[in-house]
Amino acid sequence: MNNLIDLEKKINSELTTKINRTEIKHNQIYLETDKDDLIDVVLFLKTNNDTKFRQLIDITVVDYPENNQRFEVVYLFLSHEFNQRLILKYTIAENEIIPSITSIFPGANWMEREVFDMYGVSFKDHPDLRRILTDYGFEGHPLRKDFPLTGHTEVRYSEDQKKVVSEPVKLEQNYRNFDYESPWEGTKYIKEELDNNDK
Amino acid sequence: MTNKIKNLNLNFGPQHPAAHGVLRLILELDGEVVEKADPHIGLLHRGTEKLIENKTYMQAVPYFDRLDYVAPMNQEHAFALATEKILEIDVPIRAQYIRVIFCEIGRILSHILNVTTQAMDVGALTPTLWGFEEREKLMGFYERVSGSRLHANYFRAGGVHQDLPQGLEEDIAEFCETFPKIINDLESLLTENRIFKQRNVDIGVVTKQDALDYSFSGVMIRGSGVPWDLRKSQPYDCYEQLDFKIPVGKNGDCYDRYLCRIEEMKESVSIIRQCLSKMEKGPIKSLDGKISPPSKKEIKQSMEALIHHFKLFTEGYRVPKDEIYTAVEAPKGEFGVYLISDGSNKPYKCKIRAPGFSHLQSMDYLIKGHMLADVPAVLGSLDIVFGEVDR
Repeated sequence: MNNLIDLEKKINSELTTKINRTEIKHNQIYLETDKDDLIDVVLFLKTNNDTKFRQLIDITVVDYPENNQRFEVVYLFLSHEFNQRLILKYTIAENEIIPSITSIFPGANWMEREVFDMYGVSFKDHPDLRRILTDYGFEGHPLRKDFPLTGHTEVRYSEDQKKVVSEPVKLEQNYRNFDYESPWEGTKYIKEELDNNDK
Repeated sequence: MTNKIKNLNLNFGPQHPAAHGVLRLILELDGEVVEKADPHIGLLHRGTEKLIENKTYMQAVPYFDRLDYVAPMNQEHAFALATEKILEIDVPIRAQYIRVIFCEIGRILSHILNVTTQAMDVGALTPTLWGFEEREKLMGFYERVSGSRLHANYFRAGGVHQDLPQGLEEDIAEFCETFPKIINDLESLLTENRIFKQRNVDIGVVTKQDALDYSFSGVMIRGSGVPWDLRKSQPYDCYEQLDFKIPVGKNGDCYDRYLCRIEEMKESVSIIRQCLSKMEKGPIKSLDGKISPPSKKEIKQSMEALIHHFKLFTEGYRVPKDEIYTAVEAPKGEFGVYLISDGSNKPYKCKIRAPGFSHLQSMDYLIKGHMLADVPAVLGSLDIVFGEVDR
């Protein structure tokens, strides 16, 4: 499908209840689905002749700690044939295990490992779910919003023990987060004001 | 009596000149044949994404230089484009040309480094020496325009930081005249070189289907014969107005990828030439005072400019609530930024999609059944830079 609106219709009519919401924005199509329908939806998007989203670009998670369904899992797809991008999302609670799509896209392997490492989301049927970016023996999941920017431990070489040791972080001064409360507004408001003045 | 033969585990890196950075590769060898490769990455992990969540949009730019540090401005470009799309601001045409010129310079920087060091990995020293002389000139251009040779911090949402200094356009034009000869020299050393071909032809072959399945992009996918380049298919800035070709390989081996990179450098030179000839005087950043800081001269005369300056450099600008994925064709492939803004002055989430991450993941698939000596050749042709793989 060369047209995003046609594509949206096609996806809605073929997948019906498996898709909760669709939206077209920034020349990309955004889909919302459920955890249980993920494999079906991804298989359809990859194999159907009208969609052909044959390349997985990335997998990531967004953390909203205040929500019940804390994590939003995001898949980015690209279709070379139709030159379109698709963003597929669903939300999960903190300790839910989600299906792995490595059997459909072998390239998902490291991306899922990264999600596991950074957010602590586990995948079912993943061939090799280990930490990937953090250090051997690291604890915690750094990209969660409740993980402090400075981390919990720091490492140094100890002259006494003749090895690298890990200690709790000690800062001379805490990381300062300035709050600039001000009536300063973004560009939208300025634009509207300028438009009104012209009239 | 029978001898039991055990597979040998070899630890390649993290400190090894052919590992192109801090890669620890655990190789399982049967004699000299690689049975399995398990790359351990993350030794250069700095938590860029976490840091960006805690910085304003302008403060986030320098982190992008430190990803793929051989082509810094290409990364900044992705972030600038993402912010611009959410803010819905236009970039003046001169700024677009300047950005494209420096992105292409970044592409040449990266490809010179890759082609010559790959040659060094398979035994040729001279290309490195010749190529690095040219890189030196290009980094000189970076320095003149941004003040630093590597970590430029030059692109902004809405344009670039400063206009080109006097004489730089002429010097870049002169470089475009002399550089093609250097590419020819490099080619005369490598393209028909018997040893170079023996080490690269039919090594690390990627089929079209696997290139798609493993999320490859850039030269890695074009080398396998997929004509896909974001500059053509999803043009950004002024690429639409420029005339250039996309070199595509046939066999998907290390040698084809080398040829693609050489051709791309030639195309980049032509793009820079076109930009220089089309460029006219004009503004170099968005005229929206709420996004672009005012000039020093204005600050001295106008109270409002002073306030803008103060607010922009303390609070920064606010970006409306939205989410977007934007990608650019970086030298190594598709470099993307998935940006979620929440209406404040800091990104809520900024996922960086680095091409090298996907490429390195396929190491096991690429190297299985090859000889140990092919590992550096394959690794070299993947064009890995750990700044972006580890983030």
